[in-house]
Amino acid sequence: MRAALQLSEAGLKTAVLSKVFPTRSHTVAAQGGVSASLGNSEEDHWTWHMYDTVKGSDWLGDQDAIEFMCREAPKVVTELEHYGMPFDRNADGTIYQRPFGGHMSNFGEKPVRRACAAADRTGHAMLHALYQRNVRANTHFFVEWMALDLIRDADGNVQGVIAMEMETSEIVVFQAKATLFATGGAGRIYASSTNAFINTGDGLGMAARAGIPLEDMEFWQFHPTGVAGAGVLITEGVRGEGGILRNSAGERFMERYAPNAKDLASRDVVSRAMVTEINEGRGCGPNKDHVLLDITHLDPDVIMSKLPGIREISIKFAGVDPIKAPIPVVPTCHYQMGGIPTNYHGEVVVDGKPVHGFYAAGECACASVHGANRLGTNSLLDLLVFGKSSANSMIDFIKQQPLELPQLATADVERSVARVERLNKQTNGVAVNDARTAMQRTMQAHCGVFRFKDMLAEGVEKILEVEKMVQKTEISDKSSVFNMARIEALELENLIEVAKATMISANARTESRGAHVRDDAPDTPETPNGRDDANWLKHTLWSREGNRLEYKPVNLQPLTVDTIALKTRSY
Amino acid sequence: MTAYDPIELKRIRWRSRRGLLELDLVLERFFAQRFDALSPAEIDAYKRILDLPDTDFLDVVNGKADLDDPEEAAIIEILRSV
Ligand SMILES: Cc1cc2nc3c(=O)[nH]c(=O)nc-3n(C[C@H](O)[C@H](O)[C@H](O)COP(=O)(O)OP(=O)(O)OC[C@H]3O[C@@H](n4cnc5c(N)ncnc54)[C@H](O)[C@@H]3O)c2cc1C
Repeated sequence: MRAALQLSEAGLKTAVLSKVFPTRSHTVAAQGGVSASLGNSEEDHWTWHMYDTVKGSDWLGDQDAIEFMCREAPKVVTELEHYGMPFDRNADGTIYQRPFGGHMSNFGEKPVRRACAAADRTGHAMLHALYQRNVRANTHFFVEWMALDLIRDADGNVQGVIAMEMETSEIVVFQAKATLFATGGAGRIYASSTNAFINTGDGLGMAARAGIPLEDMEFWQFHPTGVAGAGVLITEGVRGEGGILRNSAGERFMERYAPNAKDLASRDVVSRAMVTEINEGRGCGPNKDHVLLDITHLDPDVIMSKLPGIREISIKFAGVDPIKAPIPVVPTCHYQMGGIPTNYHGEVVVDGKPVHGFYAAGECACASVHGANRLGTNSLLDLLVFGKSSANSMIDFIKQQPLELPQLATADVERSVARVERLNKQTNGVAVNDARTAMQRTMQAHCGVFRFKDMLAEGVEKILEVEKMVQKTEISDKSSVFNMARIEALELENLIEVAKATMISANARTESRGAHVRDDAPDTPETPNGRDDANWLKHTLWSREGNRLEYKPVNLQPLTVDTIALKTRSY
Repeated sequence: MTAYDPIELKRIRWRSRRGLLELDLVLERFFAQRFDALSPAEIDAYKRILDLPDTDFLDVVNGKADLDDPEEAAIIEILRSV
């Protein structure tokens, strides 16, 4: 919507397609805030923000894009304020800023207040401000339309998308001079995810099918404690208040992994211990696929006063009252760092060159500012900065194009229609739910928060088997009107592309970096924490055809300042 | 019981896909367990609730806020119980 606004305000005819009403996009879930070095509460600089982002990315982020984002941040946040975003304010009327993990002053010295929020509804408020403004600018919204495939001509130039109106299942071509994907993440590839059901990585699936590689898909951020089977987060405050993690034998296993900090050890240490317990057969439940978070020993008054909402979440989503029984928890996928490869202008880049007419921004894109690990609040910022910059690139590009649209290339349209036909005609096929569950279990078990060599290798084989299931999905409801079964089957065809990209890229990257942590990456003086800069300081590019992997260098050269030199990442 | 427009029912099912995971989970259960037994008037009330922004909707489901309309409040009671 940030891009659409820029385009409409420039007087261009702009269509926004969305599967759901735009203000019900998953961005509504973002509570924490959006970062910008406004320095309203204390001294701050974009160079400090940049340093934190590069360090957070474990040096896999491209420093030109990171500089661009951090420099633009104060501008785009101020613009958003002018669009009517109800930011929390200081007494003097300026935007109030709060501290957030990883935000530091003076190149990592001490915490700084950099996050701007609108109460606990930052994402919601942002969607509303942008939607209202778009309505005013005459952006044309096609709500409850699902894009199915990208249309490219023989030279690879993008001509638009083919899309389905959900109400009628009618398939229509949207031919455009420029096309932008802002389709969000694909967290639903995992069995346990904080993402809403809508996050099926459609843009990534469409790009992959159109021959565009996906970048750095092995990097996913996980949270240690989501309710097993549901994904709803249990705040880390629960361990802070004395919550204890236990395995199937009831053992407080963190004593073995972190004898001092125990259950209060850092996120990655806790996640790693949980996964090790599960892998070694000490998981709980019929599938031995989670551990337990025990607060039964705490005073119920403490639970109610210090951990508000936890009891309700646990009763509602885990079916247990945590005052009486422990909560089943599992490391839970949260955010996708990789995506469609772009530069900081929002142009999709393949083989070092922009793909004419194609742009991407937000969680589906990889600029790459998040590298191997995203800094909290940088993803809402990513939407604003790259939404705007990609729209500016689109405006320039469209100006250079002839007035008339070119002849429509029909090959991709035919392929897309055939894909839907196959689904409609399939008999003796696989149920969509079965194929989806198989994919999610495989990803969770073989390519979760902590990864093992043999499990990954086996995971590659398994996910290719699941792909065969997805190719044979069958739906019993063949009706045309709001056919949810068909929509879900088509979404699964996108998810499976993301799942393959993730598994295959993770299997190949034999180091640990940021959110990709492997058991077999040795911690040596040359490879601290398993990070192997000599061999792996590079971006992965996975192509659908033949599951080919290629690599491209990380851009360590910022635009105007000196490079932020490689260092071991420690907090 | 008068039959509800089947097309409208399917539209309602799709619009029950929300931006927040918690709502998706609650509504999924609601459809599996309770939706089929609702009267047309109750379905109308549910439809009105679907117009709430996700954040307000979740607050109501979590009991942090209430709805004034008695028909809508009755549906919310069901959502709180599934
Ligand atoms: C619980 C939670 C809390 C978070 N908190 C924060 C935070 O505090 N700060 C922060 O910076 N980040 C946060 N994040 C991350 C951040 O919210 C997301 O990365 C960001 O909102 C993604 O925005 P997006 O615009 O890329 O995608 P989305 O908001 O998911 O929007 C995608 C849009 O694309 C449409 N779409 C998708 N596929 C199709 C298709 N095939 N056809 C038509 N339309 C389609 C959808 O309908 C939707 O409108 C949080 C994430 C979660 C899960």
